[in-house]
Amino acid sequence: MGYVAVQGGAEAIRESILLARYENCLDGTSISLTEIKANLKKMVDSVMSESSLYSPDLAALALKQAQGDPFEAIFLLRAHRSTLPRLYFTTVTDTAEMRVERRISASFKDILGGQILGASPDYQHRLLNWDLINETEADVIAFRDQYYAAILNAMEKTAEASFEEEGRFPKVVDSLRAQNLIPQPVLCDEEPRDITMEPLVFPSARSLRLQILTRGMTGAVTALGYAKIRGYGFNNHPTIGELRVGYLPLYVTSELSGVCEEYYIGEIEVTEVEAFMEEDRQEADEKNQLGIGLGYGLCFGANEIKAIAMSVLEHSMENPTPGDPTSDEEFVLLHVDTVEATGFVSHLKLPHYVTFQSKLDRIRDVQRGNNHHA
Amino acid sequence: MHERHFAFLDESSKKEIRRAVLKAVAIPGYQVPFASRELPIARGWGTGGLQITLSLVGKDDIIKVIDQGSDESVNAVSLRNLIQETTDVASTIHTTEATLIQTRHRVPEQPLKEGQILILQVPLPEPLRNVEPSEYKTKKLHAEADYSGAWLKLFEDIMCYGQAATGADHPVFVNDRYVMAPTPIPRFDNPKLDHNPALMLFGAGREKKIYAVPPYTKVVSLAFDDYPFQRERFVGKKCRLTGLENVYLDELIDEATGEVYYQTNDSSYLLEFLNRDEGAGTV
Repeated sequence: MGYVAVQGGAEAIRESILLARYENCLDGTSISLTEIKANLKKMVDSVMSESSLYSPDLAALALKQAQGDPFEAIFLLRAHRSTLPRLYFTTVTDTAEMRVERRISASFKDILGGQILGASPDYQHRLLNWDLINETEADVIAFRDQYYAAILNAMEKTAEASFEEEGRFPKVVDSLRAQNLIPQPVLCDEEPRDITMEPLVFPSARSLRLQILTRGMTGAVTALGYAKIRGYGFNNHPTIGELRVGYLPLYVTSELSGVCEEYYIGEIEVTEVEAFMEEDRQEADEKNQLGIGLGYGLCFGANEIKAIAMSVLEHSMENPTPGDPTSDEEFVLLHVDTVEATGFVSHLKLPHYVTFQSKLDRIRDVQRGNNHHA
Repeated sequence: MHERHFAFLDESSKKEIRRAVLKAVAIPGYQVPFASRELPIARGWGTGGLQITLSLVGKDDIIKVIDQGSDESVNAVSLRNLIQETTDVASTIHTTEATLIQTRHRVPEQPLKEGQILILQVPLPEPLRNVEPSEYKTKKLHAEADYSGAWLKLFEDIMCYGQAATGADHPVFVNDRYVMAPTPIPRFDNPKLDHNPALMLFGAGREKKIYAVPPYTKVVSLAFDDYPFQRERFVGKKCRLTGLENVYLDELIDEATGEVYYQTNDSSYLLEFLNRDEGAGTV
């Protein structure tokens, strides 16, 4: 009878929880949240993005509790999110205000303000670095201090120097807009809908699609974005106009002081992608014209692959091709959510003996020879 | 320790869920979309039912949680613990004592009474999904009461197998208007939905839908006149412990002899029956 005895389930569960805790303690070591944030930043970033909760501290805590399983960590944070009342919304944030750490364009050799490689694994060979096996904290600190001194030296600045004023750059897409290669965006003052506060109904709105994609599972968004540019719908792959990683300032409005005022509440690190897509356009005289469309991707933290894939899928759903699964918004939006996908797949572990008995009854009945009226 | 809010969800979320429940009660069998919240329980593990329970539960409620007919099944225990840890309400295994009963895949054998609320966990709320994958289109089909797909599916089954091939989750017609997925309760339980004195609420967390069968509502299992609806048949079989015949049975294998035997699936009904035999029970 296995794990659904008539009685005794509660006790078995208690023991299973204790055993899990014990196995996690076997090595006699514990990792601090600071260590997780410092050494596993990319993982913290993707967990924040998929749980749509920007808090490196809570993400590190969730990762620790989940023993590093991102699915579990996201699940923990999403559940925590449900306990928090929503008090404020941030005001509109212009991403041109980003304090840029990295920006590249694949469309132009040179862009206004220059290409800034920032920190990226893109320019490294993926060879295991054996030195890390015995790396000590002293090694880390020594490299950090030496590197920082060298940078200050090169910039002829002192340790007290501030880099605050650095990092604002013009957007690549604006230069194409100035040349009329990309149409000016139609300003939309419609209040964005909130996917966590109202149901998703179809056909959906762009604000809902963007929210679901930005909190989507990195792997799922990437896989579907890949399918789109590889062969399901698109045979002319996009060109990245601009990819940026940096910090965005956020503000909320409040009437606490008697008048409506904006308050700065901090900044968040995001990755933003604007991808150029070749588009057919129908002109007024019914001639076909080639043009450039824009796909948009933005997600919490440094997560470039997800932001790029998001821009592909967003454009794909905005400009659907009949028969293409990656431009079918129900197909994409209903299947990329981490908590929903992992939850439903894992529920298969639950006992199903009542329903299976029902199925067996049918199969036996049919095999007995359609004895319907017996 | 951080303090947890009563019944976990913040109050505005609960209010929203209760509004969806009210609408569902007003339109029996209609799937009301709602912005399902994430819970500390995984999607697909009863989050729809649990959100309804957490939104409705008050301090005087007595809850009962069952999974596949058992109060002690792993997930029933887990859900009950969560409800109790966040509310401190009392729990029971006795169907008659409970005010809120959350269940997965079974309607209790003990008949329900007025004032009780049965909350069913729903994995797949859309009865037309196997004939139409698009949500946009199924919503239209319901609006137009176009259920030819559901009937055709039954007809095809009869053509292929000589009878309907549904296992659990055999679709029902509610209040002569909406075709509804009764959740994968066995066909054995379908007739219990008809004119039941209790309020029955259905919550699908992942699919973000709530629907309801109010008390004393007409619920008919889909079938043709010449091929009537059939429950699972346990002909010649009875519960090894109680001798009961008119209950849903689990099929088990005796570890010692390797023989197949049967036992009442509803574990609290089974225990109550055994206790009654010994003169100690309250049934």
